[in-house]
Formats: sequence, C-alpha cells, structure tokens
Amino acid sequence: MAEATQLTRHIESYVDSSSSLTHQAATLNAIAALVKTDALPLQALVRELDMYLTTTDNVIRARGILLLAEVITRIESKPLDSAIIHSLVGFFKDRLVNWRAVRGALVGCLALIRRKSVVGMVTGSDATAIAQSFLQYMQVQSLGQYDRKLCFELLDCLLERYSDVVTTLGEDLIYGICEAIDAEKDPECLMLAFHIVESLAQLYPDSSGLLASFAKDVFDILEPYFPIHFTHPSSGDTPVQRDDLSKSLMSAFSSTPLFEPFVIPLLLEKLSSSLHSAKIDSLKYLRVCSSKYGAEKIAKYARAIWSSVKDTLSTYLGEPKFSFTIAPVDGIGFPENEIGIEALSLLQQLIVQNSKKKKLHAIGRILYITAKSTISSCNAVFENLFSRMMDDLGFSVSNADSFSNGDIFTSQRVKFGFLYLCIELLAGCKELIVGSDKPALQYVFEHETCCIMLHRFSTQLLNAFGSVLAVSAERCPLDPDIYIGVKGLQILATFQSDVFPIQKSIFENILNKIMSIIMEDFEKTILWESALKALCHVGSFVQMFHESEKAMSYRSLVVEKIVELLSLDDITLPFSLKVEALSNVGMTGRKNMLTILQGLGTAVLANLSKVHRNVRSSETAVQLLECYSCKLLPWIHENGGTEDFAVQFALDIWSQAGNCMDFSAPFVEKGLLDAIMKAMKLSVGSCVVESQNLIIQNAYSILSSHTNFQLKEVETLPLTPGKYDISLRDEGIISLFASVVVAVHPKTHIPDIRVLMHLFIITLLRGVVPVAQALGSILNKLVSTSNSAENSGDLTLEEALDVIFNTKICFSSTDMLQRCNGTSNGNEMVLTDICLGIANDRLLQINAICGLSWIGKGLLLRGHEKIKDITKIFMECLISGTKSALPLIKDSLENTEEQIQDPLVMKCAADAFHVLMSDSEVCLNRKFHATIRPLYKQRFFSSVMPIILQLITKSYSSLSRSFLYRAFAHIMSDTSMVAILSEAKKLIPVLLDCLSMLTEDIQDKDMLYGLLLVLSGMLTEKNGQEAVIENAHIIINCLIKLVDYPHKMLVRETAIQCLVALSELPHARIYPMRTQVLRAISTCLDDTKRAVRYEAVKCRQTWWVHNFFFIECVQFYLVQLLLYLPIFTFLLDLLIGRQCHPEVFISEVQYQLP
Amino acid sequence: MVSGLINANPVIYEKKERRARTAPSAPHDEKVDNCNTNIFLTFSNHIRDIKDPEHPYSLEELKVITEEAVEVDDQRNYVRVTFTPTVEHCSMATIIGLCLRVKLMRSLPLRYKVDIRVAPGSHATEAAVNKQLNDKERVAAALENPNLLDMVDECLAPSYD
Repeated sequence: MAEATQLTRHIESYVDSSSSLTHQAATLNAIAALVKTDALPLQALVRELDMYLTTTDNVIRARGILLLAEVITRIESKPLDSAIIHSLVGFFKDRLVNWRAVRGALVGCLALIRRKSVVGMVTGSDATAIAQSFLQYMQVQSLGQYDRKLCFELLDCLLERYSDVVTTLGEDLIYGICEAIDAEKDPECLMLAFHIVESLAQLYPDSSGLLASFAKDVFDILEPYFPIHFTHPSSGDTPVQRDDLSKSLMSAFSSTPLFEPFVIPLLLEKLSSSLHSAKIDSLKYLRVCSSKYGAEKIAKYARAIWSSVKDTLSTYLGEPKFSFTIAPVDGIGFPENEIGIEALSLLQQLIVQNSKKKKLHAIGRILYITAKSTISSCNAVFENLFSRMMDDLGFSVSNADSFSNGDIFTSQRVKFGFLYLCIELLAGCKELIVGSDKPALQYVFEHETCCIMLHRFSTQLLNAFGSVLAVSAERCPLDPDIYIGVKGLQILATFQSDVFPIQKSIFENILNKIMSIIMEDFEKTILWESALKALCHVGSFVQMFHESEKAMSYRSLVVEKIVELLSLDDITLPFSLKVEALSNVGMTGRKNMLTILQGLGTAVLANLSKVHRNVRSSETAVQLLECYSCKLLPWIHENGGTEDFAVQFALDIWSQAGNCMDFSAPFVEKGLLDAIMKAMKLSVGSCVVESQNLIIQNAYSILSSHTNFQLKEVETLPLTPGKYDISLRDEGIISLFASVVVAVHPKTHIPDIRVLMHLFIITLLRGVVPVAQALGSILNKLVSTSNSAENSGDLTLEEALDVIFNTKICFSSTDMLQRCNGTSNGNEMVLTDICLGIANDRLLQINAICGLSWIGKGLLLRGHEKIKDITKIFMECLISGTKSALPLIKDSLENTEEQIQDPLVMKCAADAFHVLMSDSEVCLNRKFHATIRPLYKQRFFSSVMPIILQLITKSYSSLSRSFLYRAFAHIMSDTSMVAILSEAKKLIPVLLDCLSMLTEDIQDKDMLYGLLLVLSGMLTEKNGQEAVIENAHIIINCLIKLVDYPHKMLVRETAIQCLVALSELPHARIYPMRTQVLRAISTCLDDTKRAVRYEAVKCRQTWWVHNFFFIECVQFYLVQLLLYLPIFTFLLDLLIGRQCHPEVFISEVQYQLP
Repeated sequence: MVSGLINANPVIYEKKERRARTAPSAPHDEKVDNCNTNIFLTFSNHIRDIKDPEHPYSLEELKVITEEAVEVDDQRNYVRVTFTPTVEHCSMATIIGLCLRVKLMRSLPLRYKVDIRVAPGSHATEAAVNKQLNDKERVAAALENPNLLDMVDECLAPSYD
C-alpha cells in the first residue's frame, strides 16, 4: 500500500506541469525503475494511471499519456507480452487523433515500433495500423519542431523496420510522406526527411512501379533544397552541419534512377550558378548520381556534362594562384582547387564507366583544356609531355635535325594514340594563341617553351602526319588514320603567323601534300573529301586572319593549280571532282573566288568554241555551267561579291554566240543550251538595272545583226509565220535572248519592245517555249497606263496586251485555203483565234495554247483581269464538242460548234492550268524579279473552281469531262489547303471521280499522287471532317481501289494511310465498310514494297480493333437482354453468328481468365 | 483470381539491337523488296514487341521468343513460331500463344499457314497447349470472349506504336 501511495505521488508530481524539469525526470526514472524491476507490473501502472489517461482536462491527459509513453520508452529492453503490446498499440494509435495529446502518442508509438524482436515487437498488422492512423490524422507541418521531429522519426522507423508491410499502403504512403516533408525547414527534421525519401525509393525500386508515377512530385519537394545553403550562419551549437545535410540530400537524390530525368538537368543548371558551394555540390552530386544511375542512363547527358565540366575546369584552372605540377599522362596533378578537384573526380568517374577508346579521348580533351587555359600551363604540358611523346614517336631532341626527311616512318606504324594526343595538344595550343589577341602578348609567345618546342619539332610532325596518310595510301586507309593525318596537317597550317611564325617552307609543304592527295587519291573517297575540307579550312583561315604571305603561297599553290587542272586533259582526276574542288576552294574567300571564276569563264568559253569539234567539251561546259549557276553564283550573291564577273560572263557568252556563224547547225546542242540559258538567267538576275541594260543592248545588237530575223520588217509587215523558217541556230539565239528578257528587272529598258513582241509571237507559234516565257515575263513586269505617265516612251501594259491579243496574223493564202473551211476573214486572225482552233492546224493550235498559258501565268501573278479571258479560252478548248456553256465566246464559235476538238489539244489546254498554278523554277519567280500578288492562287482557285465544277456536271461527252477532271486536278494540287477546305463539301465527290479517272493512264501517276495528297490533307484537317463524314462511303470505296495501284508505291502507301485516318471517324458511319476495308487491306499485306506492307499491318490493326469494339457493344446489350429473357438465348446467339457447338464452349472455358 | 503472379521474378534479357529500316532508296522504283525480309520484318517489327500478359516487358526481353524461333518457308507459305514459356507450369502459355496467333493473323497475308507451338520440353502440358493453339475453332471462340480479347489487345498494343 505504501508503494501504491508512493506511486501516486510520483504520478502526481509528473503530471503537475508546474514542477521543475529535473524533478519530472527523477519521478519518471523512479516509476520506470519500479516497472523494470517488476515491482510494479505494467498493467498495474496503467490501472493506476486510468484517471489521468481518460480525464477531460486536456493538460492532465496529455501529461498522463506522455508519462505512460516515457515509461515504455525507458523499459525498451524489458520483455513484454504480445497482448499487452497489441493493446498499447491500439491505445497510442488512437491518441494520434487528439492533437493536444499528440506528443505522448508519438513517443509511445515510436517506443513500441523501436522494440526488438527478443523483447516482443509490434506485429506487422499493428505497424500497418499505426502507419494508417498516422497518415490519416497527422498534420505534420502544423506541429512544433520537436513534434515534427518525432513524426519523422516514427515514419523513418516504420519504413526501416516494417518496409514489407507499409509497402502495401501504396499511394497513401507516398502522398502522406510528401505532405509531411513539404516545406520543412528545420535541419534536424530535414536530415530525417531526406532519409525517409531514400528509404522510400528502396521500397519501390521498380522502374514502372508506383513510385515511378510519383517521382516527379517527390522530386518537386526535394528540388528547392538544392543546393543546401544556410541563410543564418550556424553558431556552432546546431547539431546538424551543412555538409551532413548536403550528404543526406545527395543520397536522397541518388537513391533511385527514377529521379534521373529531373536530377541531372537541375544539377547541370546549378553548375553554372554563381554560388561557389552550389558548383561544388553539383559536381559532387553528379559524380555520385552517375555512379548510382549507371552509365547507360548518364550516356545521353555525356555531352552536356562534358561541356559544363570543361567550362568549369578552364575557368578554375586558370586562376592566378594556381601552381601547376605536371606528371605523366596517367596521373596529371591538378592544383588544390576544390572545384577543379571535384570536376576531375567526376570526369574520372565518367571515364571509368566508359571504354578504352573513350579514355584516350578524355585524356586528349584534358590535355586540350590544359593547353588552352594559360601560357604557363601550356608550357608545362609541352615541356613534360610533348618531348616524351616525341621520344615515343621516335624522334628526340638530339636527333631532331637528322631525321628531317621523314623516311623512318614508312616502315613502322606510327603510334596512333600518341599522334592523337599530339593533335589535341596542338589544337589547345592554337586556341590559346588565337584567343590572346592582345598585341603585348605577341612578343612573349615566340620565346615561350611551347613555341620553341613546336618550332623544333614542326618538321617531324609534318612528316609524321604525312606518313600516316602515306602509309594508309598503300592499303585501304583507315578512317582514324585519315582523320589524324589530315587534322594534324590542318592544325599545323593554321597557326597564326604574326604570333607564331611557322616556316614558309613547312606551310608550302603542307599545301603540296594535301594537293597531291587531291590530285592522286581521288579513288579513296573519304581521304579525298577530308583533304579537300582541310584545304578549304586552311584557305578560309588564311583569308580571315589576313596572312598575306601565306595567302600568296595558297594562291599560287592551290588556287592557281586547281584552275590549271581545268584545262589539263591528261590528268586522271574525274572532271566532276575537279569541279567540286574548284567550287569549294573558291568559296574560301573573295579573292580566290575571283581567280576561280576567271578560270572557269575561260574554260567555259574555250569549251564552247570547240563544241562542234569535240563532243566531250560540250559535257565539260555543261558541268562547269552547272557549278557556276548552282554553287558559285549563289555564294557571290550571299557574300556580297561584285557583279562584274557576272556581267562580263554574260557579255562573253553573247559574243561567243555571235561568233558562231554556222547557220545550218544548231548553235549548241539542247542540254548545253539549257545550261547556258540557266547560267545566263541567273547572271542577269543577279545584276543591277544598269548592267542589265548593258547586257540586253548587247544581246539585242547580236540578235538583230547576226540572225536572219529582219527585225525592221517585222513591225511593218503583217505577221506571217509561214514566211520565217527559223534555223536551229536562230532558235538557239532567240531562246538565249528570251532568257535574258525573263531575268531582267521591271525597270530595265528592253529595246524595241514592240518589234520583239511580234517576233516572239511568231516564234511562239513555232513552238519555242522560252519565248512564251519571255512574253509572260514582259507582261508581268510592264507598268500599266495609270501609273506610267512620266515615261511615255515606254510600252505600257495595255498596249502590250493589245499587241498580243489584237495583232492579226496572216497566213499565206495558199496554205489557208486548203485548211480553213471558208471563213470570211480566213487568212487573218489573232492569237486567241488560233488557240480556239480556227486555223485548223493542230500543231499550231497546241503551240498557241502552250504560249498563251505562259502569257496567262504572267498576268495571273500580277493579278490582272485579262486572265479571266484567257481562262475562258482554255475552257472553251476543253468543252468544245459539247454545247458551249460560256455566253461570251458563244458567238465567235458558231462555226466550230459541231466540230470536235482533238484530244491532244484538249490535253494541252488542261495542262495549261498546271503551268498557271505551279511554281516555276525557270521564270516568273522572285529570283527573276517577277511581280507576285499575294494569295493569287487562292483568288484564281475561287474564281475558276465554280466554273469548272459547273462544266463538269454539264458535260456529256466523257472525253471532255476527263480533260476537265485533269484541269481540276492541276488546280487542286497547287492550291493551299485552307482554300480547299472551305469548299470541301462540293469538291470531294468530284475529287474522287477525278482520282478514279486518273488511275486509268500510267502517265498520270504523279498527278494522281498529288491529288491523293490533297485528299489526305482534307482527311487529317479538323475543318474538313464534316465533309469527309458525309462522304465517308464513297471515299472509302475510292481508296480501296487505290490500295493496289500498281504503278506508284507512294500512291498505295498514302491510300492506306488515308484509310487509317478514316478509322477515326464516328463509328456508325464507317462500320458498314469494315469488312470491305479489311478484305482490301489483306491483299496489301502481300505487297511487293515493304513500306506498304508496314502501313497495311497498321491499318488492319486499327480496323480490327473497331470491329471488335463494335461486337463488344452488341454483346453487352445482348447480355443485358439475356438476363431478362433467357428464352431467346438460342435465337440471339444465332443472330450474332455464334454457333452453339458444345466443344467450342468447353474450349472457351479453358481460355477463361485465371 | 490467383493472388500471386505465376512467375513473380522473371529474368530480363537485353533487347537485340534493331536493324534500322533502310530508308526507301528510291520511292519511285517499283522493284520488289525481298520477300523473306517480309517475315524478318514481321518478327522484328511486330512479334518482338508483344507485351507479356503479366509483366511490363516484351516477349523478347523475357526470351519467350527469339529471332531464331521463327521459321519461314516463303515458297510453301508456311510460318512456324516456337516460343518458350518462362516457367514450366505457366498458365499464360495459351494467352501468349493466342497473342502470337492474332498478331500474325493480322499482319501476314492470308496465304500463310501459321503454326504456333511451345518449345519441346518447356511446358508441363505441351501437347494440350499446342493442340489448343492450332485449333481454328477454339481460337475463334476464344476471340469472341471479350475478356480474353481485351487481354490480347492490351498485349498487342505496344507493338503498333
């Protein structure tokens, strides 16, 4: 009894919150001692405490619970019965709800959870119960610091000791932990929190497990803590130091590879932070993370990591206090600089993870960095490493002079690795020299060790690199050898001479070496190409740094030699390679380009002059001209070169054309003529107006004096095409002249334009297409009357139109009487009449239509009204033979109404729409100064399309309808999708008819493909959907016919892709077509082309899934029905086609899910 | 439902490197692609990516099927696929077989006869499984079971990406 009273007193004094702390501790110890020695059983204590544990006074209850909890903490080594533990767990976990007594509950739970198994521990289910209750009720962040710490300890303990059971809590656990940690600021709590995250990561290591989906959330909470930085300086008495915390965070970061996508970018970003500690931390973390995540995951960041480490290294290794102690390759000593050390150890980690080849690379890079950072480090590397490497390569300082001929290398294979390191070293040294542009430093360099050594060994190095290439020239050369040899030579040649003068002889030797490769080793493609690249690099370097002496050598050794190559026929180097070398070398600088152009010009003219004697020279000229117009001219244009050469070149070609006096033979053959015309157009197009005037004057004088065209008579006499039999030579010259006209600026004055237009009209009727293009170009560029008041001498647009459309063309009456069926004005008609076939000469009509289409294009581009009339003429050609639908031309056609047009003429008229709509490379584009009105295609589309649609519906003859479809296809393929989509509803049916029409002729396959692309565009665009849904049936039917189109693989592939797109449509629309599609596609599975088969498999899959999805729906409703109407089972089964074989059902049961 | 997985800890193998699909050299060229590559393509592009019914790995990663296990006779229009279940008593063998069959059914031309079997000695009820997999009616019936079909479609889904 005495004990009991004493106990009561103890309890009283503990519960009384006014007593001192030491007193409380003493009473607590006393009670614990009693329980420990079994003087007081735990049950008795609980009974005694009963009132305190259940009282409604919050303070006393909290103290009571805390007392019990503290006692249990103190008797952790005393064995306890499992039933007692269970009831205690129940008690404490329930108390977690009550925030006033929460500390006691936490202490109690913690004490219980920490018990070891020998003295009786909490069972798994109890632990789960605690965890659940904790996650449900605890608001960790609303508690005080000490309580929070308890909470984290409890969580930590749970994860540590009961990992297997808490795993089952899944999402709740992760959520709870996130919530608890979020915004925690106390270092002690954070230590625990980081540890909790680490344990959590170990709980769910699976890459597709639960944590994977929360990795981002968890990491978002951790991210703000990096880098650990204490805002208030620690006074020294805080138990947690910054480093400990940082380490803890690091292990949390590196705990699971799931964090990799978030961690690495963060670290890389922080590496460039200005905070010193952040840099160090990032490097440390990177190292640890890369070792934990594994090489595979880090591989993709290698480049980014490398570049930031490189930056760090070069920044921090270059600090002035830095003292450099150098060592052999395998153990470079770095200064006592924390960042440097960390960066290097990270590097080491990365290197160890990589292969041997990469190791070499890494060392090379380090050497590069060291060499390029400061002069002193560069000197040190050279002093220690370079001479060693030279020794290893076989030349030492002592015999440096004796082996200057380089013969020693041919017998032995030069050590690859050393040469590689040499290159890196040299590259670094070069960077250093280039980087220091202060003139004060220039003097210093020459006397630096690195430069002295480089001087001493430069000959040897040259020989070494040369011999690498020479050795490999005998066998099939290996890529690395080529790389080393060429790169080495290039680096040697590109040292800046005012800072580091390399001997002139060495530079020239290098150039000779590379040139010899260019001239001889053209069969080894890789070697040849890399040599050429190096040559160009050296060339542009020389230009860039204004090295006059080197530039001289370069010009004499390289540029002039290459120009010389052009005229030498005996060299085996293929001509295409010569041209490639020529253009590449030319692009190294403006001066070189001029030399090259001069050489090219001479070569072209020389070849042109002997075209008739030598067949090869024609090919040569074509190649040179191609090179000139595709490569050199654009380069000059871009790099602001002068146009002098272009002008001179054009004039030279013209005088060459004038000199060719052989009237019977063509001026030049067709391919060459095209090349000359292209070069001429581009040359003229790139000149300014004055130069263009000069060229066109010159050209005009040659046209008028050196041809059979009697320009003076053309205007006065009526136009009679029959009179001029144009010789082939004249045709060539007028084409060339047309190409000048095509390319000129609108402001350029074209001499005698009216005469020229007459001439052009006549030649146009002879079928010379460039002339038609020139006419279109003239019409496109002329100013119209309204704004040309000041320059009355010039021809205006209206006058020009008048010339074209109203000039009477006469035919010699003998000709006409036979053909023209008695029209009153039979022998005089205008161009448009010829187009309509009044002349009754098919060839003439086709030529006229073709010419008119180019004229129309010129007008269309500037948005002139007259295009409407021209379009009407084309349409008239298309529909004639049926009743005319166009009132305007009705009366003029009265006499030909019954006559049916020739199909060829109709085809030509349909193709005229292609000329109108497509973007042309040869004329009427921006390069040739055409006037282009914005959105002209859309305008044309919206004005013409309704007419064509109307005509198609009205046309009865299948022939004219098919040509209308053709015109339709041309217009559709070249109009922008936006315009088409707005009309989609009307267009789709016609488009489908058009597609099936185009499948009939193999020659239309490209047109078919173009049109199919339009359809697929409509299918995939959102705005087109409505029209597509309406016409789904016919679209699918049409596409099914196209999936086995034999002539073009792209058509089949696109058709199948369209079908895939169609499967996205609402189910009810496409379901009926399902079987048909699947059947059609199944034949495509056996297609001859792989791409088609691949698309077919994809298409089949999407349609299958639809198929089953539908059946599923049906079945679902049927099952619903079955529940109520079992009687109809049999009937309904029959309905969905399932046969009631007993066997089938048995097997189906076998397939049931486990 | 069985509570645990049949093979809780399967061994994961590395994926074979994919042979890059050679870019169509000239799309206008109507040359016939080698037909045997058809089947190679089937394997490399389709079968290997089928997902295992119980694990988030592809059949290739689990070495259930390998490239060598696909035999093709293009002249006789015959394909035989031999697969190896991960454990002997694997009840998923039928499902895997069904996936293979459905996949091939959907990606091969109709002319092929497809034979699917379990590798000899790799399954406890080898004969039964083989019989079930090559019985047209049973396969058809199985595909009408919506649950099964869902499962098959799920396994096939990744191979169409």
